[in-house]
Amino acid sequence: MRIFAFIHLLVSIPHGYSNYVETKAGQFFSSGHTNNWAVLVCTSRFWFNYRHVANTLSVYRSVKRLGIPDSHIVLMLADDMACNYRNPKPATVFSHKNMELNVYGDDVEVDYRGYEVTVENFLRVLTGRLPPSTPRSKRLLSDDRSNILIYLTGHGGNGFLKFQDSEEISNMELADAFEQMWQKRRYNELLFIIDTCQGASMYERFYSPNLMALASSQVGEDSLSHQPDLAIGVHLMDKYTFYLLEFLEEVHPASQANMNDLFKVCPQSQCVSTPGHRTDLFQRDPGSVLITDFFGSVRKVEITKDTINLTSPVDRKKYITGFLCCQTNL
Amino acid sequence: MIKCTNLFFISHVSPGPCCLLQAEKQRGRYAALAIAAVVIVVGIPLWWKTTETYRAWLPFSEISELDSLQLQLSVDIEVVFSRGTLTPEQQKKFPLSHVNEKEHQVDVSIPELLTSPSTEADLSLHMLSESSCGSVVVYVIPETAALLPEDVKVYVGQRRTALLRSPPFKSSWSLKEVLSNLDVKVEQVVSTMSFSHQDIVAALSNRVRMAKVTKESMADSMRAIKSSPGYEITFSLLNPDPRSHSLHWDIEGAVQSCIQPLLNKLAPIANFSVDSQILYYVVLGVNPRFDNSVSAYTLSADSLSHVINPVEARLGSNAASSNPVLNFLLYVPDSHHSPLFIRDHSKREVPSNAFHSPRWGGIMVYNVNEMYGPEAEPPVDININMAKVMGVFLAQLRLMLGVQHTHPPTGFVLQSPGSAGLADWELDRLLWSRSVENIATASTTITSLAQLLDQIGNIVINDNIAQQVSSAVTSLQSAVAELEAGNLAFALQYSREAILASERAFFDPSLLHLLYFPDDQKFAIYIPLFLPMCVPIVLSLLKIVSEAKKRRADKQAKSD
Repeated sequence: MRIFAFIHLLVSIPHGYSNYVETKAGQFFSSGHTNNWAVLVCTSRFWFNYRHVANTLSVYRSVKRLGIPDSHIVLMLADDMACNYRNPKPATVFSHKNMELNVYGDDVEVDYRGYEVTVENFLRVLTGRLPPSTPRSKRLLSDDRSNILIYLTGHGGNGFLKFQDSEEISNMELADAFEQMWQKRRYNELLFIIDTCQGASMYERFYSPNLMALASSQVGEDSLSHQPDLAIGVHLMDKYTFYLLEFLEEVHPASQANMNDLFKVCPQSQCVSTPGHRTDLFQRDPGSVLITDFFGSVRKVEITKDTINLTSPVDRKKYITGFLCCQTNL
Repeated sequence: MIKCTNLFFISHVSPGPCCLLQAEKQRGRYAALAIAAVVIVVGIPLWWKTTETYRAWLPFSEISELDSLQLQLSVDIEVVFSRGTLTPEQQKKFPLSHVNEKEHQVDVSIPELLTSPSTEADLSLHMLSESSCGSVVVYVIPETAALLPEDVKVYVGQRRTALLRSPPFKSSWSLKEVLSNLDVKVEQVVSTMSFSHQDIVAALSNRVRMAKVTKESMADSMRAIKSSPGYEITFSLLNPDPRSHSLHWDIEGAVQSCIQPLLNKLAPIANFSVDSQILYYVVLGVNPRFDNSVSAYTLSADSLSHVINPVEARLGSNAASSNPVLNFLLYVPDSHHSPLFIRDHSKREVPSNAFHSPRWGGIMVYNVNEMYGPEAEPPVDININMAKVMGVFLAQLRLMLGVQHTHPPTGFVLQSPGSAGLADWELDRLLWSRSVENIATASTTITSLAQLLDQIGNIVINDNIAQQVSSAVTSLQSAVAELEAGNLAFALQYSREAILASERAFFDPSLLHLLYFPDDQKFAIYIPLFLPMCVPIVLSLLKIVSEAKKRRADKQAKSD
């Protein structure tokens, strides 16, 4: 029985690949979004929080690789690790202890840096209440057909997330900010990922529609860091984001991986903490939501069928003038 | 608090110390009462006043009225019967006035839109000399007239007129039968030229989520860009191979002659700014495949969606404004990949060789391999035929802005707008849907802002916000009134003012409530301040009360 199933699987795999593009075309109508945005925030400073910057940069890297341009990404890093005086390898931020992957790269555009990353600025970006002098790159210019990915990382607790070691944002404030975004139709669907201790408490209070949330740990659990690197001297990544990055590296723009695969990232055996997710506010079934709906930027495209003929003169006037002549004979 | 340590002196000392004691106690009592009085009468009101947040008055009652919005849209329709369509008897009995009404009711609390317009009345005939903005003139011509080709029933012109071939009716029919027969046809013409139920529902989709969505209507609603006070249009020429091709395009002249007339006509809707750029060494993200049957390179329709992202990273944008950007790219393939054709989903050739992405813009591939022979020395000077290019871009721009009528009914012929870029009735269509959309958006914004400010008592409402809200409310009311009266131009202007004021009020930077304090934090702040002060006062007041009770008890015991 098992062998039969196995052979059946072998046979159906190549057939499935050719159907990719047709199903993809059908997916465009179901997701209902035309553009993608990402807001990636690292909230902690100081050298020993290197891993939080590395977390954020690895999500940034995946999101850029899958197609979202810099103009649609708001990247907030509370401290500069790449050019930190204590970094033995300047201009790099590594995600793996063998220094395999430099997530800083040479094409990073940080929109809010250092002390600009505050609760106030974060809420202003989300709700759009920025002073008129704010440049375009610092704004979230989403509309009602935008899918937004929001990623937060740092130190957190039950119901709060710590910013810059001096202030905190509560889960109620975040839920209210999302509700204001919904009232103004600033998003079509929103994916919220948080990698902190007791991260699940941050999405408990959400009440706006079309929100899906993932967290690295439940209330009462700590999110743990992954590996230290002896040359750099600090922990490089958090466990959850490390395995998330590993998962995202397999995804390419035409991939059909869906949210159910994302929920399985970093089970308790790997992560020690229990990742959680929340989908009750989301309209669609998570199995039909593609990873690239949020992490990538696959555009809906139509062929231009009609054109306007600008070269030949349009000479229909004689019809109407002839008709008017007829009428005046009345 | 004075202890009576001198008690053992009482026997042989005069009542002085005891009276003194009493006096001290009395003074103490008065002092405690005075402090308590000051705290209660002066302190508490002062604390209340100084920790109050300033909230200017908002017209909450009028805003709650906006919640259940009733829009009445009226179109002036003129129907002119040409000679030969009516018999003399029918002509004699022609009445001078009918009224046609259609009502759309919008109620936010009900998730589905109430769809059926139940009332039908009669037709209105106004003899207007010049068709004003928003009106429609229908000329009914005889059935057998040769003015229109055989299978064409309606011809819609460039202005606001349409020619309708009259449906067959007998000369024995009364006037009423004639008119009722004509009703349906005229309604069809008017819904094409002004607005149909679908258009209004789509414009209101911001406020009312459409319950049943067809694929076409969803695609339509996703394609047209949302109403915004301004737009930026960028034309880019992509030259991946400057070593072989030296491209020249007269973009300024082309924009002046082809695009600017359209933008001038659309000036009441939004402000447009146009710029252009040339990008070198830009590559498409997709490798085109060589097709032996046509000996050319082809891009299949499925790979087109991956073309835009690598290019978009290279396109700049105006940092100063937050307006939506529409990009139009002209890609000239490099000499090794020329000619390059686009194939649609059924593998057929696309005549325009262009594609577009909703709410983003369009890309056209322009092949230059036929313009020079193999003997030409690189780089070859090439002048791009701007008329052809602008024809495609103009069509794409019309689609992006929501001007294009994508599915005219059968038997209808729509005259091409030509060099004007936009027919008058198309402009009217856009004005109708924009006015409704603006009104819907502005009313949603104002109602949600009022709700937010009501819920969160800690937000400061400045005077300028209150003023913006009031002006938004009055503009909304005027816009609704103008729509009812049928003055489309004024309605659009008021709706634009309303949406600008409401957006300015909603997105004012001062409305950020960082004053969110949960109750336990409030206690944690006030207890260290007030507790040390209040404890002695309360204790001394209690002491006074207990002493007074004891004295009364003593007095009663003495009197008994």
